Amino acid sequence: LKRTGFLLLAIAAFLLVAGLWLPQWAMFIVTIAFAKGLVALGLMLLLRAGLVSFGQALYYCLGAYAAGALGRFLGIGDIYLQMLAGALAAGLVAFILGFLLAKYRGIFFGLLSLALSMILYGLLVKNEALGSTDGFNILPSTLFGVRPASEWVRYAVLASAAVVSLSLAFLVSRYLSTPLGRLAPAIKDNEIRVEYMGASARRAVHVMYVIAAVMAGVGGALAATTVGHIDPDMAFWTTSGEFIFITILAGTGNVAAPFAGALIYEIIHTTAYDLSPNTWQLSLGLALLLIIVFLPEGLWSLFKRHARNT
Amino acid sequence: LDQLLSVGVDGVIYSAWLFTAALGLTLIYGVMKIVNVTHGSFYALGAYAAASLTGAWLARGYPPVLSYAVLLGAALLVTLVVAPLIERGILRFMYAKDEVVILLITYALFLILEDVIKLVWGVNPYFIAEPYALLGSFTVGGLDHPVYNLILVALALVSGLGLAWLLHSTRVGKLLLAVIHDTEVSRAMGINVDRYYLVTFTFGSLLAALAGAFTAPTVSVVPGLGVEIIVLSFAVVVIGGLGSLPGAALGAVIVGMVRSLSVHYLPSVELFVIYFVMALVLAFRPRGLFSLAEPRKI
Repeated sequence: LKRTGFLLLAIAAFLLVAGLWLPQWAMFIVTIAFAKGLVALGLMLLLRAGLVSFGQALYYCLGAYAAGALGRFLGIGDIYLQMLAGALAAGLVAFILGFLLAKYRGIFFGLLSLALSMILYGLLVKNEALGSTDGFNILPSTLFGVRPASEWVRYAVLASAAVVSLSLAFLVSRYLSTPLGRLAPAIKDNEIRVEYMGASARRAVHVMYVIAAVMAGVGGALAATTVGHIDPDMAFWTTSGEFIFITILAGTGNVAAPFAGALIYEIIHTTAYDLSPNTWQLSLGLALLLIIVFLPEGLWSLFKRHARNT
Repeated sequence: LDQLLSVGVDGVIYSAWLFTAALGLTLIYGVMKIVNVTHGSFYALGAYAAASLTGAWLARGYPPVLSYAVLLGAALLVTLVVAPLIERGILRFMYAKDEVVILLITYALFLILEDVIKLVWGVNPYFIAEPYALLGSFTVGGLDHPVYNLILVALALVSGLGLAWLLHSTRVGKLLLAVIHDTEVSRAMGINVDRYYLVTFTFGSLLAALAGAFTAPTVSVVPGLGVEIIVLSFAVVVIGGLGSLPGAALGAVIVGMVRSLSVHYLPSVELFVIYFVMALVLAFRPRGLFSLAEPRKI
């Protein structure tokens, strides 16, 4: 646990310093990687319990729209308030829906979460006040009421993203070492035994589900303020597929893995899209296939195997 | 009353279209327990193959009346090439894995096929309106409806009833039902389960390609066709119950009618209601409306 804490702290410190020299586009990629990494971190929690959500875009989009609504209706552009709004909105909805979803396993968990995210998509697409299919623009980011000079905005957002995401990752790693956190693999292996132990699998799943949603909400708010624009496609099922891809790529080995996975994904995405826009999905699909077949524990397991050999 | 009548006509046509598109999905799940995301790719493949073949057919001045046969042939051709390749080449090594993992594998294949389609056909839209315009239109309740839509209804009826007949009245179908019921015992009794999986996957994909091929004349064939249809098919199949044939029919009718009603009376909720019904059914009857009690296997 201590090692994880140091690792996260080291990453944060490194990024805060290195960020000063990074070009703008690289800062953008890293910040988006944090936003998507947060969503993937939540999915990783669920994946540890054997649950694959095909609708995590629901909370990502909800977080983004909550952040956007702050600016559109209240004129607030503060990054931290936006993230808070995203977290609250996602957490509240997840708490309510969690009562239902906590009963579902396997394919049905995936399909119900898919249906729920498509409901949000259907609502947003036809909502004139929220810009229907075009979405709307987000106010320029401010920090504690101060608007950074334009060449510093990216760095400020990156720094906030790094600090918030890695703190959340640290909290998650603490959570994983609690009895409730340790239940997840047990639920995957044999749920009946979990119940016989006197633990409630349903409650454990509910808690995980809410945590995952809160992180997706924060991620959505971050993405919104970084990109500066939001639209209903953030709730479409292909967005959820993207998050699943990142999660499978990263594996469940470590709380830092989803961020690494998201960064790799963003780099592949950007470079492959530039090189040949018509085959980047093909490379993603191939990568996903190869990882499922040859590295079922994700890329992180490469490090582990290496560590054992030496 | 006129409006109600056209709600009904639209609903029937939309239901028929959904049924054809979703039927293969439920068949494949019923037999192989695979939630098959590549189903959307086969729909798109069918549409593209139909668009280019029919386009070539008409460009050479062959009789346009026969273009319906070309649509059929295009779907057959593209499925017979691609489906066995996927099943024999990749999927058959994955059957031991968890249902959710196989879902992810078909998702990966879906991503790959999306780009393969773009590589083969490019990103520009294809139009083949001739088979659609050829038949003229009929009038119900003051609104014109293209006669072509009746072909969609016929296609749904033929494929639905045909599949039901195959399953319940032929030797092959009865053996297939045995495979559905218990794969291991069927294998022990000497049924070549692998061959049934191959045939099922190909046949199920063919249904998707057929739906795509016969939809092609009514839309512009563009990248992203499969992305739209796959969630809709999921909704249809889930509402009726995964793996149930009458379930898929019921699901298609429910979704079709609900959509038709909302398009006519409350267009702002069109997409929302479909998935709302899906979530509602999952919430109260997770295994769908047509589900039977499932025996627990230890």
